[in-house]
Amino acid sequence: MNTSGSEEEFCNERTSLMTTESPPVSSYHVETGISSLEDTQTKGRRPITNESNNREADHEGESVERDSTADSEDEEMSLKYGAKHVIMLFVPVTLCMIVVIATIKSVSFYTEKGGQLIYTPFTEDTTSVGQRLLNSVLNTLIMISVIVVMTIFLVVLYKYRCYKFIHGWLILSSLMLLFWFSFMYLGEVFKTYNVAMDYPTLALVIWNFGAVGMVCIHWKGPLQLQQAYLIMISALMALVFIKYLPEWSAWVILGAISVYDLIAVLCPKGPLRMLVETAQERNEPIFPALIYSSAMIWMVGMTEHSAVQQPSHQETNSDEEVGQSHHDNTEDNRNMVVPETEVHGAQSRTTSAVELEEERGIKLGLGDFIFYSVLVGKASATASGDWNTTLACFVAILIGLCLTLLLLAIFKKALPALPISITFGLVFYFSTDNLVRPFMDNLAAHQFYI
Amino acid sequence: MTIAVFFGCSFIAFGPAFALFIFTIARDPLRVIILIAGAFFWLLSLLLSSLVWFIAMKASNDKDQQLQRGLLIFGVMFSVLLQEVFRFAYYKLLRKASDGLAALSEDERSHISVQQMAYVAGLGFGIMSGAFSMINILADSLGPGIVGIHGESQYFFLTSAFMTMAVTLLHTFWGVVFFDGCENRRWWVIAVVVALHLLVSGLTFLNPIYEGSLPPAYVILVSMAVWAFFSCGGSLQNIQQFLTCWKNDAGSEVAS
Repeated sequence: MNTSGSEEEFCNERTSLMTTESPPVSSYHVETGISSLEDTQTKGRRPITNESNNREADHEGESVERDSTADSEDEEMSLKYGAKHVIMLFVPVTLCMIVVIATIKSVSFYTEKGGQLIYTPFTEDTTSVGQRLLNSVLNTLIMISVIVVMTIFLVVLYKYRCYKFIHGWLILSSLMLLFWFSFMYLGEVFKTYNVAMDYPTLALVIWNFGAVGMVCIHWKGPLQLQQAYLIMISALMALVFIKYLPEWSAWVILGAISVYDLIAVLCPKGPLRMLVETAQERNEPIFPALIYSSAMIWMVGMTEHSAVQQPSHQETNSDEEVGQSHHDNTEDNRNMVVPETEVHGAQSRTTSAVELEEERGIKLGLGDFIFYSVLVGKASATASGDWNTTLACFVAILIGLCLTLLLLAIFKKALPALPISITFGLVFYFSTDNLVRPFMDNLAAHQFYI
Repeated sequence: MTIAVFFGCSFIAFGPAFALFIFTIARDPLRVIILIAGAFFWLLSLLLSSLVWFIAMKASNDKDQQLQRGLLIFGVMFSVLLQEVFRFAYYKLLRKASDGLAALSEDERSHISVQQMAYVAGLGFGIMSGAFSMINILADSLGPGIVGIHGESQYFFLTSAFMTMAVTLLHTFWGVVFFDGCENRRWWVIAVVVALHLLVSGLTFLNPIYEGSLPPAYVILVSMAVWAFFSCGGSLQNIQQFLTCWKNDAGSEVAS
């Protein structure tokens, strides 16, 4: 089946890892009294990883004399918060992988051969190993060049402020994911478990699921519901890739995209880096609804609420438009943090304490979720060692994520989240499948324990 | 080969470890990270030892059953030694990280003590070891089949589950004792832990004569539990205090 191109593109903003920061101080402050309080508060609570050029600029005046004492405090705070942030990402990544693995193991549709995407035109049903390898490398080249082109296109659109275009594309791709793919998924699950279902009920369920998803992701919604939707659409996307990417191509693509991620985020002229910097220059959060965010800004104090909500809400609307690019948009959707939810979270706090508290969170691009899940899903679908290989890849990816977050804490700027995890995952997949599996099988047969 | 067997064996094998995880580790992010890193280190040791075994196996005669069995035994022994080496390496890593954390914090103390790290690291090793031993067997137990149809033991699943539980808990206690030995520079402790690990693994060579492998493993488990308890500061007085305070305060529990 040749699916339409949109959902295949990758928005590579997805694949970068960055910390959230609360909106700049200036947009919050209505009263000067509050602003000075917030300044002192935020001075003592700098986030672990800091993209906050804005914030620092605002605080410079007051920060000079507090620098020395605040530094050691910040370090300690950052390490204390570090572990919490790692867990805040472990949980959604684990959930996404569990959903994918459970589906792969039970619904046979996603492991059946069903054709290939137009982005991987070369077949792998060849007679010789060399030909197969060549075909998979060619497939990878095509896929990666499509990704590069789309990313550059997105950066160009963003630079020239074609927000409406991006917005439209993003909405289109999330529509497709939330309605069409979830309908297909539900259909396959019903087939697997032989459940009888009538169309009116199905239409109602899909309509509710999709509509609430669109609202949550693109507008406002409870943070946890939004996170759940982002995880679900990441899992759906990963399942599509697992089904339609041929075996060897999938592994080569995973390797190539982590190299690309590294280049795109770290090189000075890399598209993703330019994207991040442009967004920072314009003081806009990057692509809401395309990044998974674990943060919630708590604004306490009744009077500030309404004043605060408006500016940040408008900001996020425009960001949302920015975030919509291609079908990856769905990924974009995933990658984007939704400041709205942060704002929404603030709205729900109606206590009247005077202090301004911020819970800094961490953002992970949805593309990272997708590719982690693709790796683990492919491992569980194709490995003959079955569960051992899946478990090994799972642990490897989590450790890679942990290391990436450690680097994030040290370097304090946007980092690619794919390279370390995917490298570990690939190494462990191939070594567990080929080396550990025969060893463990022999041990289990004799009931030897190591 | 029913659902009952599946659930029974999985609860036997992973129940204690799961309970330990839920009650002591899940709430603290740092401990979760140490747990997963411990699992990763065990995985690395398994990888290296499988590599060595694989090379030895490929370089030797495929058809000779005795040789293959001998190679497998060698593989097991080598794997045990490598696991202990990686346990030591993990101890070194945790020590360095702990020192770093302590240096940065205000009161020069780390948030997590070496004993806690030892316990979590040991549990990480144990969970991964148990998972790798048991998960495939559990997956098979859901499918059709008859256990021991060719004359082998019909208690395969049950004994695997019990052995897995023993090994998981043993790794936990070995971790505690091992780290304590490293901290206090008592090298004989490390030697004893390695020897006991080799013993437990060696006893499994007697399978399917389960009387030779399971009861001794459980005896060692109980003695290791007592040793670990005393090595990390427990005492009979603590237990007494714990029990009496528990009886006195109906609603509250006092940690000893």
